[in-house]
Amino acid sequence: MKTIKTSLLTKIAYGVMSASLSLNVLAASDGKVKIGVLADMGGTYADICGKGCVTATEMAIEDFGGEVLGKKIELVSADSQLKPDIASSIARKWVESEDVDTIGGLVSSAVSGAVSKVNLDNKKITLISGSASNSFTTDACNAYNVHWTYNVEAMANGTVKPMVESGKKNWFFITADYSFGHSLESVATTVITEKGGKVVGGVRAPLGTTDFSSYVLQAQASGADVVALANAGNDTVNALKAASEFGLTDQMDIAGLLVFTQNSQAMDPSVAAGMRLTTGFYWDMDDQARQWSARFEERHGGIPSMIHAGIYSATMHYLNSVKAVGTDESEAVIKHMKQNKPNDFFARNAELRGDGRMVHDMLYVEIKKASERKNKNDIYTILKIIPANEAYAPMLPQCDFS
Amino acid sequence: MNNLKLNILLLIIAVIAPAVFYPVFLAKILCFALFACAFNLLLGYAGLLSFGHAAFLGTGGYVTGYLMINTGLSPEIAIILGMVAGGILGAIFGKLAVKREGIYFAMVTLALAQLVFFFYLQAPFTNGEDGLQGVPRGAIFGLIDLSNNYTMYYFVLAIFILGYWIINRTVHSPFGQVLKAIRENEDRAISLGYEVNRYKWVAFIISAALASLAGSTKALVFNLASLTDVHWHMSGEVILMTLVGGVGTILGPILGAGIVVSMQNYLSGGELGNYIHIIMGFVFVVCVLSFRSGIVGQLLKFKRNNF
Repeated sequence: MKTIKTSLLTKIAYGVMSASLSLNVLAASDGKVKIGVLADMGGTYADICGKGCVTATEMAIEDFGGEVLGKKIELVSADSQLKPDIASSIARKWVESEDVDTIGGLVSSAVSGAVSKVNLDNKKITLISGSASNSFTTDACNAYNVHWTYNVEAMANGTVKPMVESGKKNWFFITADYSFGHSLESVATTVITEKGGKVVGGVRAPLGTTDFSSYVLQAQASGADVVALANAGNDTVNALKAASEFGLTDQMDIAGLLVFTQNSQAMDPSVAAGMRLTTGFYWDMDDQARQWSARFEERHGGIPSMIHAGIYSATMHYLNSVKAVGTDESEAVIKHMKQNKPNDFFARNAELRGDGRMVHDMLYVEIKKASERKNKNDIYTILKIIPANEAYAPMLPQCDFS
Repeated sequence: MNNLKLNILLLIIAVIAPAVFYPVFLAKILCFALFACAFNLLLGYAGLLSFGHAAFLGTGGYVTGYLMINTGLSPEIAIILGMVAGGILGAIFGKLAVKREGIYFAMVTLALAQLVFFFYLQAPFTNGEDGLQGVPRGAIFGLIDLSNNYTMYYFVLAIFILGYWIINRTVHSPFGQVLKAIRENEDRAISLGYEVNRYKWVAFIISAALASLAGSTKALVFNLASLTDVHWHMSGEVILMTLVGGVGTILGPILGAGIVVSMQNYLSGGELGNYIHIIMGFVFVVCVLSFRSGIVGQLLKFKRNNF
């Protein structure tokens, strides 16, 4: 036992010393751009980002010309499995030992938060395209966060405000019982009370609930004008199904606060028709969008969600800035990204603010009836365009890193 | 003697490994190896299948993470407090659970672990689904800064060796022998005059405290304490690690943890990312059907039969 102990101690001491002396060199900018895409590939959010996010990033790289600063642009991707610890260990490996310059994709706010922390330590840019939480540009803001596509504020402002203004004053919430749902509910509640409405009740359902009957019955008994679904993905789909089974859809309005194209497509039009929601992108909004979406559909096999379009747009803006400043060094690149407005099929009247929030025009849409649909991808009627400055909350002074 | 040589060989490998592999990845393996060893102390030596060990891993992580973020304690004290918290939780769990045997024991631990999971899901200080993010690593004794990954790795290695040594001592002590006796034939152990439940309880506490030690260390390595660590999937994963490596062997859980963690790490990056759960399930089925004593168990059997 003694021999183990002594050899062990000397070895550890030796190892610690040599490690802290020799290996403390930080990886400097190597002039080669390497982009990491981290997404949920096989879980709840696989449809809205997943492989499609990798495809969209590939398209951006190809459209950009495949190389920048005289070197080929590289792409790596991995499955976050929606677990913050797995995501942070992958992100750490990428930025610390594989010279990845920026990490994009990032569905689920928990995963994005963990990755953003790792990137902050290593001074790398985080291109968040898939997360909803507004914390990345408020209480957890940092100089390397770039939040594209949408956030809970834009959803609440877009969907809730017009409904309250039209006289629907009493609201009831069915909320996904985790941080995303809570933040969506609280942001929406602020909007409702500001506009003179009130929240008459709410209920929290665990993530992944399949039977929403009891929640729907509570909503029915509440006497509210609108039932807001502060959840996402399959939870929204299941809640809406239950609501229609109990005839709730005839008595009250249902507002889906975060509904992706894929979810709308999956829902039966007889249940979902007439529901109004906010989205950052719709494939059929104009020629530019249709053109890109057709290319995406051909490669991916389905229409793009706003996250897919967002990650393309974010990657493109990043690459343009790298080219313009002539280095992949994060400070210079992010500065250029913030000074120059992104403009493409996705980013309309867009601007990347000092806090890293990319604001752009959002769309207020209604789900079409079965009779109105020309084909399986024809799901929304665009009611109005929400201007960027109305959709997003103003920047907090302590988060201004420009 | 043979064992000593093997241990030294493993130690040398562990010391030089960071030159080849990414140190955070190795630190993760060590954390899970310690977790699996702690679990194996119960399953392999006392014959108790706990299905709630994630509660201890998570408690260690949350307590250490919370202290590191909010109090500025140095990491070794935060880790010790995390371990103590897990040990206390283990004492409560153990007191209730050892009254039952077999499947009922497993169910009681699972139920208690679910209670703990729900507590961490709802408690405001854990930030729910987001977890405690940005846990600082700090500096051991206020002297050695852990933010360097290599330094962190050697620190984790030191903790792992400590935990491994405690388990080794426990298994080979008279106490460990009694545990084995209980595993083999509980009635006979009772008839020999041993207070079986008390032995089981103490074993449970040691195992829980060491699992928390692993969780505390893991929180520092990843700067993160999240719900993943308290979820029952984690309790399942540690069973998988132990069974694949070899239950009831000292080295089995380490090998099992290495295999499972490497698989998760490498598969998640590659083309097979979508099938990670299927592949893990397949490995588990193959392992249970064809070599029930695990890889190390099988090797030992092979050695016994041929040499």
